[in-house]
Amino acid sequence: MDQNELRRVLEAFLFISSAPVPVTQVKEVLGVDEPLVKKAIEDLKVKYSGEDSSFRLYEIAGGYRLSTAPELAPYLKKWFKGQKSRLSRASIETLSIVAYKQPVTRSELEAIRGVNVEGPLDTLLERGLIRITGRRETVGRPILYGTTRLFLEHFGLNTLKDLPILNEFSEFDLSEEERDKIAQLNTGAYDAVQEEGGSYGDNQTS
Amino acid sequence: MKYKVKLEIFEGPLDLLLFLIKKEEIDIYDIPVAKITDQYLEYIEMMKLLDLDIAGEFIVMAATLMQIKSKMLLPPDETPQQEMEQEDPRSELVKRLLEYRRFKDAADELAAKEAVSSQLFTRKTEERPLLETEDSPFFEASIFDLLTAFSKVLKEVPKDTFYRVVKDEFTVGEKMHDIFHMLVNQTRIFFSRLFSEAKSKLEIIATFLAVLELIRLKEILVIQQDPFSEIEIIKNPETVKPSGK
Repeated sequence: MDQNELRRVLEAFLFISSAPVPVTQVKEVLGVDEPLVKKAIEDLKVKYSGEDSSFRLYEIAGGYRLSTAPELAPYLKKWFKGQKSRLSRASIETLSIVAYKQPVTRSELEAIRGVNVEGPLDTLLERGLIRITGRRETVGRPILYGTTRLFLEHFGLNTLKDLPILNEFSEFDLSEEERDKIAQLNTGAYDAVQEEGGSYGDNQTS
Repeated sequence: MKYKVKLEIFEGPLDLLLFLIKKEEIDIYDIPVAKITDQYLEYIEMMKLLDLDIAGEFIVMAATLMQIKSKMLLPPDETPQQEMEQEDPRSELVKRLLEYRRFKDAADELAAKEAVSSQLFTRKTEERPLLETEDSPFFEASIFDLLTAFSKVLKEVPKDTFYRVVKDEFTVGEKMHDIFHMLVNQTRIFFSRLFSEAKSKLEIIATFLAVLELIRLKEILVIQQDPFSEIEIIKNPETVKPSGK
């Protein structure tokens, strides 16, 4: 299979697939080396980046996906009669905590948000953005929640590592004095996420 | 006529507190508790006036604020053991506020990403089911899909009609007949449309049972074009004789 043919086949795969196409899958199906697949992807990216192209090729949720160009959105919204519902504030706040703290229990979510999260959790589960990942082996064996591949797709993220970095204290220009205050307040709770950071990539679901 | 409007102004007590802190340009590490408590209670009163649902969490926070306020009024404890650790009564609250704010900020960023990716449209249906079911471009909805759709319909029943005593009897048989009649004129009916005219819970339940009964009798098929899409009802093409009465 020469590079030209590979590019055409890959383009066909991308065209018919609704889920992002992982490079490894292409490699296995076609029995070609990864660098060649990557080269073909780069070629296609260039092809679709042109001003006269209706599509764009993005790396999302561990694969590549063809989508319409953003500037065509107004027309597509008309075509679909404005589907594509966005999440409510409550849902998105809950989801952001799940994303950073996963696996996380409901009571942990409620401790951070200060309100009941039952409604948002139901919505997020129903929309497939989070899933039950198991139970924590403590008293009551509470259910643990984590994000799904669809979550990455919904927000256009490639892996959990692409999540925006949590602001420690965004609105403050830290002075020496404030640093001390933070040091006092910080009892290690804020470091938890950073420590778990390394495992984010492994949590990907399929 | 009295209208009740439910607005989600604040996501919770922490959100309200952060709002007040920002509004008053207060240093989050040095919150004037008395002032903030007064303002907080003022907002709660306002929400009451507006007839907003005040969740219990708001009241709990009000109590917490007042507790902190009273602790601040007490002279510092000077017994030797306590000398070392004189924790500011506010520190616990400040910690929670900071923690919450981090995720609130993160949620803002995620919302921005969502806005960007909502501009991108992609192929919707999974290609696999199409291959497996050969030429039929749908798959049958499961009982769980039906129940989910049913509970959605139930939630949308106008609540106040429950108080009226209406002597409208609906029988499953009648409803089966109705559905069958609808299918004479239309090839397909959306599941939700079946209930759009329904006036009471009883009627909805009768209609739903009628759907289940018609499925059992293999008179109709309930289908979905895509996972999670609207459930549609069609006549079962394999049934020859219509015996819907």
